[in-house]
Amino acid sequence: MTTAIKENLDVYLQSFRELERRGKAPEWLARIRTEAIESFLDLGFPTPRDEEWKYTNVASIARTLFEPAPAVTAERAAERVATQALAELECPRLVFVNGRPAPELSSLEGLEAGIKVMSLEKAVAGGTEPVERYLARTAGHATHPFVALNTAFLQDGAWVEITKRTALSKPIYLLYVTLPGSKPTVTYPRNLVLIGRESQATLIEGYLGPGDSAYLTNAVTEIVVEENSVLEYVKLQNESPAAFHVATVKMQQTRNASAHATTVTLGARLAREETASVLDGEGGEATLNGLYVLTGEQHVDHHTTLDHAKAHCSSRELYKGILEGRSTGVFNGKIIVRPDAQKTDSKQSNKNLLLSEDATINTKPQLEIYADDVKCTHGATVGQIDAEALFYLRSRGISQREARNLLTVAFANDVLDKIKYARLRERLKASVLERLATQP
Amino acid sequence: MLLEIKNLHAKVGANEILKGIDLKVGLGEVHAIMGPNGSGKSTLAQVLAGRDVYTVTEGEVIYDGKNLLEMAPEDRAREGVFMAFQYPVEIPGVSNTYFLRAARNAIRKHHGQEEMDAMDFLTFIREKMKLLEMDESLMTRPVNEGFSGGEKKRNEIFQMAVLEPKLAILDETDSGLDIDALKIVARGVNAMRSKDRSMIVVTHYQRLLNYIVPDFVHVLSDGRIVKSGRKELALELEQKGYGWLEGAVNATASP
Repeated sequence: MTTAIKENLDVYLQSFRELERRGKAPEWLARIRTEAIESFLDLGFPTPRDEEWKYTNVASIARTLFEPAPAVTAERAAERVATQALAELECPRLVFVNGRPAPELSSLEGLEAGIKVMSLEKAVAGGTEPVERYLARTAGHATHPFVALNTAFLQDGAWVEITKRTALSKPIYLLYVTLPGSKPTVTYPRNLVLIGRESQATLIEGYLGPGDSAYLTNAVTEIVVEENSVLEYVKLQNESPAAFHVATVKMQQTRNASAHATTVTLGARLAREETASVLDGEGGEATLNGLYVLTGEQHVDHHTTLDHAKAHCSSRELYKGILEGRSTGVFNGKIIVRPDAQKTDSKQSNKNLLLSEDATINTKPQLEIYADDVKCTHGATVGQIDAEALFYLRSRGISQREARNLLTVAFANDVLDKIKYARLRERLKASVLERLATQP
Repeated sequence: MLLEIKNLHAKVGANEILKGIDLKVGLGEVHAIMGPNGSGKSTLAQVLAGRDVYTVTEGEVIYDGKNLLEMAPEDRAREGVFMAFQYPVEIPGVSNTYFLRAARNAIRKHHGQEEMDAMDFLTFIREKMKLLEMDESLMTRPVNEGFSGGEKKRNEIFQMAVLEPKLAILDETDSGLDIDALKIVARGVNAMRSKDRSMIVVTHYQRLLNYIVPDFVHVLSDGRIVKSGRKELALELEQKGYGWLEGAVNATASP
């Protein structure tokens, strides 16, 4: 590919060789990794000439030599994590610091018997059968350079298995914290989640980085939702303001499975969030919602895909953005309706609130429809704070600043109110409010 | 004197709408302002509330000893000015109760009073809700969203009851209301009449004044007050129509 950035690729190959030498991975995983590094070397880092990366320039990632994030002591990790948002959700949680499990910060108290929530590395080492069956199946590394990199350097993350006919009473929380090193560092979190048939679960994935350190998080989450199961998935990305965050979340839904995903993006200097679901069984239901609150020089790119492969599935998508300062946002929402997917019912909407004249949003719906009996709608709006609503609030004694905040929060709550787990919903509302209050 | 408007001129864009309004409103008085469409009634109400799409080009407004036109809309509200909107704005995502408590607390804070917590506030508004026959469900719903026309107007008067202003300006609160809704709104307004509160009731129709009986009636035409009188003026106007006064303006204009 002539459009790719290929400098520094040998450095990645070098580290891969080292990893291989130290490696104790089973043969099947070693093979996947090798395939992945080959894909990456072939693809290179994308440039804006690649249609999929038109508005997001990752040259700054390509040109930075990231080192593996160093191990940190439990005490240091604890003191930084305790103060962070979401730490008080009081649900079973697996915490990773600089890509490594932090058992002293994790707790599986309250988790139903028979449910597996554990380190992926341990699951691989223990020869857990479904891991081999599902890992690197949903998120393809052949065409995506960052997924390829993540797979090549795949080390650890979470393995979650909900056995069939189990309804979890509490969410499972996966938290990734990056603590600064002296040089730019990288982690490759990898999660594999299997929701067994007729089960119900809530999964929260969080990314945090205190301070203003530069690092790269390159994360991949694969989720399989089996027949007649219900999943609520919420991701909060609140990385350090100097961080890079590139993440892919891929969901595979079978018959009558329903998945509701919400992605809340507050952090990072540059972020790319890819969220996709394949509706691969009749009667499936998918929701992809998102909220991004950007300021300063932040750049966040959301790419979503709803892939209707089978008939009688419905999907809903609502992404809302609040942009301040000189921030830039990208929304690219693809809906694919395959020839077999008759009676598809799909609705997509992207709404943006620009709070400054220098903020920019590029929004693009993409419909690929190969079936003839379907209902698909999409729409996008870009606007400012409604002057009449602002005057109405002020005419009742509410200050201009408070009125603006109230209207902005109301705009955001439209997305957050759809999150079913109340504790998380309220916590996220507070995070967004805090974030808006600190904007200049 | 609570309010004194002197030679007020205002325009929107290049279009002059108010062409020299003079009006004095004493404390405890109810003044009705009537006039045909386009005469400037709503503009006058909005200029007093501080809507910035209108530019005041001449004149002044003294409210409670202060220069009203120099004050931000929120400061006017905190000092006791309230306008019931002709077209109340829908605000999705903000609950009616939350909004009203924020408003009442902003006003209380301005006067050095303690803010009300959610429980105290609920107790306080219950009685006002009864007065305006406001359904409990309207309180938890977003401000005006999905309200019927009548519910929106009732909500305006309900807000007035909660915010307890010193000067209430009702901008065509009666338009679009059926007789039952009109009676509820009028009862709410009448319950608020007091020697410490003045009201300016802007209306196109005499009907409202059967229920809210004004002390004074003024007729606005082409941006000026062309006639003032006691409540009987409204009846006379009803009989003769606005054409009668437009004739009168022309008569005074010609030598």
